[in-house]
Amino acid sequence: MSEPEVRGAAQREVRLKVTGLEVRLGRSGPDVVGDVSFAVPAGQVLGLVGESGSGKTTVALALLGHTRRGLRITAGQVLLDGTDLLALSPRDLRAARGARVSYVPQDPSSALNPTLRVGTQIREVLRVHPGAAGDAGDRVAEVMREAYLDPTPEMLRRYPHQLSGGQQQRITLAMAFACRPSLIVLDEPTTGLDVSTQRHVLDTVRSLCRSYGVAAVYVSHDLAVVSGLVSEVAVMYAGRVVEIGPVARLFGEPVHPYTRGLIGAVPSPERAEALAGIDGQQPRPGRRGAGCSFAARCDHATGDCTTEAPEPVTVAGRSVRCLRAREIQATHPERVPAVAGKPAAPAAPALSVRGVTASYGSTPVLSGVGLEVPPRACVAVVGESGSGKTTLARCVAGLHGNWTGEITFQGAPLARGARQRDKDVLRRVQYIFQNPYTSLNPRKTVGQIIDQQLKQFTGLSRRDRSARAAGVLEDVSLGQDLLSCYPDQLSGGERQRVAIARALVVQPELLICDEVTSSLDVSVQAIIVELLRRIQRERHLAMIFITHNLALVRSIAQSAVVLRRGAVAESGPVGQILEHPADPYTRRLMQDVPKLTRSETRFETHGPPSPRSA
Amino acid sequence: MTVNAPAVPPAAPPSRPLRGAGRRRSSVLLAAVRTPRGAIGLGMAAMVVLAAVIGPLVAPYAPDALVTLALGKPNGQFLLGGDYLGRDVLSRVLDGGWVLLVMAACATALGIAGGALAGVSAAYLRGVSDGIIMRAVDVILSFPQVVFALLLLSLLGPRLWLITIAVGVSHAPQVARVLRSATLDVSERDFVKAAELQGMRPIKVMAKEILPNLISPLMVEAGLRLTYSIVVIAGLAFLGFGQPPPAANWGTMIYENRIGLSVNPWAVIVPAALIALLTIGINTFTDAFARVVIGVDRRPEQAALIDDLGQELSK
Repeated sequence: MSEPEVRGAAQREVRLKVTGLEVRLGRSGPDVVGDVSFAVPAGQVLGLVGESGSGKTTVALALLGHTRRGLRITAGQVLLDGTDLLALSPRDLRAARGARVSYVPQDPSSALNPTLRVGTQIREVLRVHPGAAGDAGDRVAEVMREAYLDPTPEMLRRYPHQLSGGQQQRITLAMAFACRPSLIVLDEPTTGLDVSTQRHVLDTVRSLCRSYGVAAVYVSHDLAVVSGLVSEVAVMYAGRVVEIGPVARLFGEPVHPYTRGLIGAVPSPERAEALAGIDGQQPRPGRRGAGCSFAARCDHATGDCTTEAPEPVTVAGRSVRCLRAREIQATHPERVPAVAGKPAAPAAPALSVRGVTASYGSTPVLSGVGLEVPPRACVAVVGESGSGKTTLARCVAGLHGNWTGEITFQGAPLARGARQRDKDVLRRVQYIFQNPYTSLNPRKTVGQIIDQQLKQFTGLSRRDRSARAAGVLEDVSLGQDLLSCYPDQLSGGERQRVAIARALVVQPELLICDEVTSSLDVSVQAIIVELLRRIQRERHLAMIFITHNLALVRSIAQSAVVLRRGAVAESGPVGQILEHPADPYTRRLMQDVPKLTRSETRFETHGPPSPRSA
Repeated sequence: MTVNAPAVPPAAPPSRPLRGAGRRRSSVLLAAVRTPRGAIGLGMAAMVVLAAVIGPLVAPYAPDALVTLALGKPNGQFLLGGDYLGRDVLSRVLDGGWVLLVMAACATALGIAGGALAGVSAAYLRGVSDGIIMRAVDVILSFPQVVFALLLLSLLGPRLWLITIAVGVSHAPQVARVLRSATLDVSERDFVKAAELQGMRPIKVMAKEILPNLISPLMVEAGLRLTYSIVVIAGLAFLGFGQPPPAANWGTMIYENRIGLSVNPWAVIVPAALIALLTIGINTFTDAFARVVIGVDRRPEQAALIDDLGQELSK
């Protein structure tokens, strides 16, 4: 089945067919996912997209006959080349896993055994499934070349920690493809990688699937990544596939209100558009109730939507699970162009950073970085991981004291560390952390968290403080009832809003946002970015917005600074940087950003990456 | 307001009212009591504590009165018989617990307080403080606990307060180690950085931001150290470092009456069983508490799964 001659003929035959898949909590608990059906032809990739909690990983694991603890596959078939994987005996299932079905996990650094050499780990797959792919030694070298890795003896003898993230992910890909499987399940394999590395890994996946005639299921929360890779896409929401169809049509003219919402939330590096988030939360298993799970968040919902569960209907070449699919299809979603941020009029900069050089221990992180933030303006700092953008932010905030150079804030030089700065400076420069799951003390209520900030920085009475706290919650669109909640009772988006409220409540003049949306879903990211944009404008704040996501820059900043290995590669107005990047590094970054294709054109396939490029 | 800024606050998820603000520390304890393991453990420990506390009030005879035959067999009047001098074993058992318990509790409190102070500040302050504190800890740790206590006692004589301090001090290094590693984890989190950016003093950061997040390891450690304290203090009494005779003490009773083990075994078995019951009970309860805590103090990535699935499972 893996001979090159038959590949062409096998191209269109359906490899994987899933029907009525259902996974429940325990034997008779509520369903986590239900009524999931799709088919994948040989050589094609199906994208499974949705936000966290939509059940996409549960479906991915069920394709291998596996569930997380406490869950159980209660109905459905997973037909792979005609055999139902779910009906296999445990012994046969074990034999099938790795040989006929394989899995590529999200985080290669934890998926690879740190104590085994990578060559050993690839060889192990072949040893467990003897006869799956001829001579093990040859096959290891072959599959590594296919994954664009150099099968040199010294590469095989390396340990996972001696490889880059991209190389590690290629090793897991090589392991997955080693036995020439018929189906490969990829669970967000590029989430932790830089855009450039991500692009190389995606190219690898694409070429491997094509040349082997493998059916692949690619799970991702990133619509842009999926749009360039897959031929069909299934959008999941609250455990159901709400829309499934060819990728170009589905992303070009989405029908389901949820798909429309998701696409509206994806920032575009090419156009300046206001981002529209989807407010509210996905209902949890067991709390989905009768009717459409999305009804509570849907602008198109009618009375029927809350009582009648929608069945899939075929509209415009795709299957949609919406009662009003036909009516909605006739309407067109509108994207509001963002109010073009005017470059600030020349004035003394609010913050100026000159020749800042910083290091962690003896490792240099920044060398001679300079940037200026005009008053009332937002400057984006972009770069790949390891480029020093977070260190720069920490130097400005006073969290990282080991730097030399000069940082002046409103004319006065800033002391190195927070301990040497006086209270008023600390108040005026506020920092919002990347991860709202660790930036709020889990033992304090939202009210206590905000009150503590006020107590530290102001001499207000208790009454005034609680009035200020109530006011600021309103500013970030949170209800007063949240004041008595603990952080773990809030969703990620709500937590990040609390963190923003904590910064705003003391009326800062400079806001440093460090990757504030990178741990959030795309629909929540849109809400947070819009919130920050509104607040920056209303309160005339100076802002530094740090991100690895070039596409976001357009939506919020007026000028941008591109960092590369601790030095400024390029800086200037956003339009100039994104449209006419001068520096080759910026150009490459722009090229590698996955873009959501909204028309039939897919982004062109590049040649295979060179083995050492990641 | 921009077009997409939500006009109304997002609807609270339906599960929020169930997860009210009233839970937390107290309810972790309650939840631990509600598990079978916790209930059994607490029941065992409570029985012994009750006996030790109200014992002196209900004891039929004075603990040092010679009222029956030496090593006399149990009978209707002397339910547990007589000890090696002819004192009532039941009265001595009832009277001999409370001093042990008070000493154990004080030693534990001392060890936990000292160890927490050392461990938390070593981990949070890092650098030189960390080095000095942890090397001091290593030095104390290099002495076996009982030998360390014996050394102090042989130098200064067997005084009860000294025994208590010796046992407490010998606990501190172990507690410091555990809390240091817990603090290393907590102090890396961003909310600690956020407090530093508020210009909070280090001592306040430790007390207000870090310590509340260490309640769970602290409670578990306290339970564990309490059982050790009881065993060590009773053991020292067995070796003769306790209340001077004729005072009753469970550890001393085991020592005194072991010569008559074959004649009236109850004089040895009952105090030994009480000590065993107490330590096993406290340990079991601590274990139950630790298990409940793991379900509460989960990490964010686990929380997502447990929030999504676990709540439904536990219904």
